[in-house]
Order: sequence, then structure tokens, then C-alpha cells
Amino acid sequence: MTIEALLAGPAAPYVAIAAMALATYLCRASGVVLMSRVHLTPRVTRALAALPGSIVVATVMPLAWQAGLPAMAGVAAALVTMTALRYELAALMAGLGTVAALRALGL
Amino acid sequence: MSDALTNRAYGCNRVAPRMSSPPCTLRAAAHGARLTLPLLPGITVFAAAFGAAAAGKGMTFAQVVAMSGFVYAGASQMVALELWRDVWSLPTIAAVAAVTAVVNARMILMGAAIQPWLAPAPVSRNALQLFFLTDASWLLGTRYNAEGGRDHGMLFGAGIALWVVWVATTALGYLAGALVTDPRRFGLDVLMPVFFAAMLVPLWKGPRLARPWAVAGAVALAVKALVPGYLFIIAGALAGMAAGAFGRDD
Repeated sequence: MTIEALLAGPAAPYVAIAAMALATYLCRASGVVLMSRVHLTPRVTRALAALPGSIVVATVMPLAWQAGLPAMAGVAAALVTMTALRYELAALMAGLGTVAALRALGL
Repeated sequence: MSDALTNRAYGCNRVAPRMSSPPCTLRAAAHGARLTLPLLPGITVFAAAFGAAAAGKGMTFAQVVAMSGFVYAGASQMVALELWRDVWSLPTIAAVAAVTAVVNARMILMGAAIQPWLAPAPVSRNALQLFFLTDASWLLGTRYNAEGGRDHGMLFGAGIALWVVWVATTALGYLAGALVTDPRRFGLDVLMPVFFAAMLVPLWKGPRLARPWAVAGAVALAVKALVPGYLFIIAGALAGMAAGAFGRDD
């Protein structure tokens, strides 16, 4: 069976999941393998330290912008609630509640 | 004693090659599982949110469970939802794998940090151990190891307990989300950016990160406006990394 035939069939989403799983496992394992051979420089460490927040900002801003005013207000509400309460469920509820309320108003 | 002499003789302070393998006990595994308890509220909310969002994107139950079970990395699963589609091709699969690798590249740093603890163990044990390594278990493990703990069972216990909770709760979130007939009305279609925004708050470790984050956001917005698809996530993340690497130290 060719790759094209596999991707045209019902197994295609599972190929995508397998590709994600492989990519993730390589990330999990490579730090341990690398460290037994080379040392991470302070520059590489700083780059990796900046990564998690950079991913979040780079994902959230364009998606919220694209989704329009209610989504941007929802993101802001989630940020404010999380800063104030440090409680994920409250932040999620505040954010989704804001989106739903503004959409119900026709925005 | 003889090791110390050998090291001195060779003029290096490398760890002796034949160090005894750290223990891996069930007792420590139970301890590790217990240590995850305070983290469960946040993780179950995240898992349920992912499951509900996946239902909104039209994934099947089996796909959601398989993704949570085999990928087991929430942030990358959330981002992958944005790229999820009905029809796949080699380029789209390569794209979802590349985005996953970028989102999970932080794990390279996590693995590197615990390498001295893991390295003396057999490779097969570490290969399995690393599958279950996740942000929360890593954090608990580094604390345990810093306090003198060496038992690899602790890391296994925390990682496996979190895996079970993650898979089970994404399944429940999916079933709940599938009940919602109009996801847009409740804002479930933008659940992912809203939840991610909340996740940003605990990541804030002071103004040193402000510039990388701002660069990441600006580049992502610009790339999104210019290039179709989801390249903006990778471009923004890499720009943020570069800004972090070459930024001035405070």
C-alpha cells in the first residue's frame, strides 16, 4: 500500500497522531541523549526558556485577532481573572462567558 | 576512593563510568503519584477543555483517546486541533508534526536537566520513563531529586498517574463537549486561545521574558497576515526563542 493510499483512507488521522507522537517522543528523549554528549550553552538555555510563553503568545494573538472582538475580550477576561485568582477553571469560565455574552449581544 | 584517584589521575572530574543504577521501587512510585494530587485540579480542567475542544473540531472519540494516550502533551495537542482536518496529505502531516515538535521543544531542556539523575539507569528503563515525562512530573521530580531522592519509581509514579488522569479526563471532556450542539454559542470554538491566555500567567517569571514574548506576538501577527496556514505559530515561537537567546542579561 502506498503512502498516498494510506492517507486517502480512514487511517489518515491516526498517521497524523503517530507523527505527533513520534515528534513528541523525540523531544522527550533528545535532552537526555544530547546531555550525555554535549553541554547546553547558556544561550541555548535562554532560548528554550523563552519558548513556552512565546508559543502561547504566538498562538493566541493571531487566533483571537482572526476570531474578532468577542474572542479578544474573552482572552483579556481570562488573563485578568487568572492574574487575580490563579485558578484555571475561573479563568476559563470568565473567558468563555465573555465570548458567549458578547456574541449573544450580536457583536 | 579508587574512583577518585582514577579521576585525579586522568585530570578530569567526570562521574565514574560504573555508577550503581538508582533504585526503582513501587513505594517511591506511590509517593510520586501522591505528589501529583495538588496539581490535579489544573490538569483536569486542561484535559476536559482539550476534550471538549476536540469534540468541537469534529474528531472522533477514538482519535481523541489515541492522541491523549500516545502524544500525552497537552499544549501541543491543543495547537494541533487548530491544524486538524478531514483530508490529510504528506505536507499537512509534516506540518502538524513540525508544529508539535516546536511546541514540545521545551522538553529537550527538561530532559537535559534530569539527565544526571537518569543516566546511570539501564537504557530500556529510561526509554520508557521518558515517554511519561511531562511538565508536572518533571517539576516534582527535580524537586525530589534536589532534596536527595534518587528512586526512579517516584518519576514513574508521577508520570503514570498524570497520564491516567489526562487520558480519562480528555475522554470525559470529549463526551461532554459532544453534547453541545452549537459550540459557537458557548464560545467553545475559541476555547483554545482563551485557555492558552490563562496559561500564560503562571509562565510569567518577570520582565526578562517580556521582550521575547512581544517579539513572538508581533512576528506571529505579521506572518499570519502574509502567509496562509499555521506557519505563524512556528515563526512566532522561533522569533521569541531568538529574542530570548540574543537578549541582554539583566
